[in-house]
Order: sequence, then C-alpha cells, then structure tokens
Amino acid sequence: MKLTEKDVRYVADLANLTLQPQEVTRMVTELGGILDYVEKLNELDTSDVPPMAQVLYPDDETATLRPDRQHTGLGSEVALANAPLSGAGHFKVPKVIER
Amino acid sequence: MPASIDELAPPGALAKYEPVIGLEVHVQLATATKIFCSCPTSFGAAPNSNVCPVCLGLPGALPVLSREAVELAVRAALALHCEVRPQSRFARKNYFYPDLPKGYQISQYDEPVAEHGWVEIQVNGESKRIGITRVHMEDDAGKSVHDGFRDSSRYSYVDLNRCGTPLIEIVSEPDMRSADEAYSYLTELKQVLQFVEVSTCDMEKGHLRCDANVSVRLKGAGEFGTKTEVKNVNSFRFVRLAIDHEISRQVAILESGGTIHQETRLYNVATGETVGMRSKEHAHDYRYFPEPDLVPLRISDAWMNRIRDSMAELPAEKRARFIADYGLREYDAQVLTQSRAAADFFETVARAAGDPRAAANWVIGDLSGLLNAEGKSIEESPVTAERLGELVRLIAKGELSNKLAKEVFAKMFSTGEAAAVIIEREGLKQISDTGALEAIIEQVLAANGKQVEQYRSGKTTVLGFLVGQVMKASRGQANPGAVNELLKAKLT
Repeated sequence: MKLTEKDVRYVADLANLTLQPQEVTRMVTELGGILDYVEKLNELDTSDVPPMAQVLYPDDETATLRPDRQHTGLGSEVALANAPLSGAGHFKVPKVIER
Repeated sequence: MPASIDELAPPGALAKYEPVIGLEVHVQLATATKIFCSCPTSFGAAPNSNVCPVCLGLPGALPVLSREAVELAVRAALALHCEVRPQSRFARKNYFYPDLPKGYQISQYDEPVAEHGWVEIQVNGESKRIGITRVHMEDDAGKSVHDGFRDSSRYSYVDLNRCGTPLIEIVSEPDMRSADEAYSYLTELKQVLQFVEVSTCDMEKGHLRCDANVSVRLKGAGEFGTKTEVKNVNSFRFVRLAIDHEISRQVAILESGGTIHQETRLYNVATGETVGMRSKEHAHDYRYFPEPDLVPLRISDAWMNRIRDSMAELPAEKRARFIADYGLREYDAQVLTQSRAAADFFETVARAAGDPRAAANWVIGDLSGLLNAEGKSIEESPVTAERLGELVRLIAKGELSNKLAKEVFAKMFSTGEAAAVIIEREGLKQISDTGALEAIIEQVLAANGKQVEQYRSGKTTVLGFLVGQVMKASRGQANPGAVNELLKAKLT
C-alpha cells in the first residue's frame, strides 16, 4: 500500500494536527516506511489464525471484573491541580462552539 | 438554515409518503460505581469531585470492567428478547471533545453484548413488534457548560463527574412508521427497563436519551429514503414532536424537487423545529479499533442463566398473572402494571386485604384519585400498602361499610394513620350488634308511622326509605345488611 499526501493530511486532520507542507512530505516518507515494515506480516498466511487483540487467554467467563463498590475519588482540588485553567470547580477550555 | 413553518409540507403531500423511523436509546445503568472504575455515579455531586485517574483519562490508568454493569446489560438484553453473545468485546471510538479526556469513548463495535431482540407495542389496538438490532455497553462522557459564567463567551466549563458512567445503547430496527409508534416504543422500553431494574430511567437526570433516525419514502416504494439523525431529545413528548417536524420537513423538500442530505440535526424546543448541525467533513470517521486495555467479555451459559433467574417478572407476564391469579379485569391489570411500584403496591394491598379485586378497585380508584390530586407518585403515598390492605379487609369482614371506609380512607391519606386508629378515635366502627341496631330501628319506626303503615299494606318499596333513615340515624355506621334483615323482621 502506497501512502499518499492526501492520506497524511486526512489522518492529521482527524488527529487535530496542523502540518506544514514540508512536514506532510516528511510524514509520507516516515509513516510510509513504518507501514512498509508492518506490511511484512502479510507475507505470512494467517487465514487460519483467529484475530487477537490482546494476549490473555479466554476463559468461559471474564475473570477480571470489579465488584460494584465505591472508592473515594481524588476530589476536585487534586483533579484540577494540573489544569492549565480552572474556575468554579470546573476545567476551563477555550470556547467550544460545536459538537 | 432553519426551516420555517411555511417550508413544511401540506397534509395532502404528507399522505403520499411513509415515514421510516429507527431509534437509538442511551440508558444509564443503575450501578453505584462507574463502568471502568470505582468512582460513584451519584447525581448532583460538586463538579469534578467523583473522579479518579481512570475516568480522568490520566496516562497509565487502566480500566477494569464492572461486574454489576455487565449483569444489568445482560438483564436488559434478556428483557428485550435479545440473544446474548458468549463473547463480546470493547472498542475505542476516537474523537476529540473537551468532555472526553481519554480522547476516545470505550464502546462496543463489531461484537456487541447482545443482538436480535424485539419490543412489542400496541398500534391501533393491534400488537406490533419493533426489532432491536443490538444492545452494546459503553462509557458516558463528561458535561460541558457553555453558558452562565462571567467569561462564558471565551471559555467552556467542563465537569468530568459523568465520565465513565455506565450506559447501554439500544439500537432499534427501522421498524417504526409514525411518531406515535416511536412514542409507544419508548414508553414500552422504559417500562420494561424499570421493571427489571436495569435503570431508573429518570429523564430529568438524563438516564434515558434518545436519537431518532428519520427518513421518508413514497408509499409502496421498496427502498428507504436518505435519513437524518435527530439528536439528544430529552423527553418522549419532544421526540414525538421532533420526528413529526422532521417528517414534514423532508416531505416538503422532496415535494419541491429537492434532495435530503444525510446529516445530524438538533431539535429546538423553543421553535419546535429541527436544525442542521454544521459538521466537519470527516466527523464520522471514528477509527474504531479493539480496546487493548480490556479482555474480551465472555458470558457463560451458567452466568447468563443466573442472571435470568434473578430477573423480575416483565410487565406482560405480570399482567397475565394478575388476570389469572387474582381474577382482575384486563383493564385493571393493565393499569396496575404501568409501573413496578404500582404493581408491587397492589400485590401488597391484595395480600393484606385477602380480596384482590377489591384491592385493585381501591388502588385504581380512591388511592390514585387522591395521589393525582396532590401530584404524588405511588411511592410517595401517605397510606402504606399494608394499611390500605387492612382497610379493605375490614370492609370484607363487614366491620366497615364502603361509605364509611371512604371517609376513613380520606383521613388515613391526610394523617398517615392506620384505619384502626381513626375508627377507634372517631367512633366510626360499623354497628352490627343486634341490640344496638334494634334501638335505632325502634326510634325510626316510631318517627315514621305513615311509611310503616304503607309497608304493612303491601307497598314494600318504602323499605329502602326506612333503611336510609336508620343509616342516617346511625351516622352511616349501621351495617346495611343487618338493618335490612332486622327491619323486615320487625315490620311483619
């Protein structure tokens, strides 16, 4: 698969990134190289291998579930401590116009 | 551009088209903690107080799925006649918004927890099944506040308490053909979910939110028209209005030779219109991929059966049982199964009263009347179910006439006291004692010589008048049956 400049701009847009034209050119080369490398996996025949998103073996029932018991959270003071902007107990962000 | 009223379709044009409606309903599960962390889900806490590294999306924090959330989701799926998948998995839905600190929502995509169910609704007196495509689990986002602060013109305020609240999304098939059918579907869905205690479905707290997919096609056409999605309408009444408006808007466009664009629209409560949202070109590329931080969710048959066994009766099952076991009329059974609370209240009254039909009459009649008058729900009834049951039993035992019972009940409702307490204090006990009744009857007969003559000369219809006089003289406390017997004996 050949990565194009259009692909790079599309992915950058989805990632909320603004790229300069020379950056787009560089990304085509760099991202393209990574994709080519991963492409190597396609040399193997995986038609009989079930897809796997994680490495834990499956049991009949998921064993890693939490009981419905509350803990005490961080509290708003700690939660907001690293916020660049806060006020009235809220995180403050530049005005969001649309959703 | 917002549609104005004169852009809407005339009724003649509407009749040529058939609306096609599917609904996506988000329901908040009734857990104490969030879906992937142990923070409380309580409503109304101080902003950003119920948060931890997991729901704040801090680097390195890992989600752990709640067992209770899974069980409630499975319960909902079973109540909606779905097939529960032995394995489902979570996926990341990626988008940027300030109230989504992780940068993605953890949802389910290609393997939802359940599929292929249905809900039955009544349409013009006939049953119709609305298909359920899928039920999937996901976490909720936080809340953005755009107005109300001094610097709201420059900043949005974000409260992340709601982040990670467990939701299920219930996606219907495009099986509804009118706004009324959509309304019935939502009503039925809410009732079922409340009965099996999956959610309190409190609309004001946003526990149930609805998006409607609406399209229209010429009647008889095979293919669906282009649909629009009407988002986040927060009451069933508004859903109905929004869908009706959207149908009309689409018909008007098609009738004037235009085309419908697939888009998301918002319903404006103030104007009663839907308005298109300005959307980015790639807004719908969520780049779903399997959530690497969670193992697949596997639900064994044994676990599913345990959940099934622990489930409360569904409304339809309850209706059938009320009719079969208690001899209730269809209508009464229908009214009493409107909510789990009403059904439970009735059953408690029936047990205490020993007379289910009388119990039903009191709950539907006098109790509902007073509750409605005061705008109270049955959970807020000042008369407990046990106490109403005792009152009904006193009537069945002949210790209280119906008329007196109504009087006692009104006092129970205003004071919250037991029937026995009121009867004792006010001396309202029914008089069935022969000696006491005879004394009153003697008085009445002495005072109504003319009627006594008439009765004895064959005009037996005056008996009713004489009974009435005795009841009046006893301030309604005489046992009418006993008075009848005694009077007849005295007069012959």
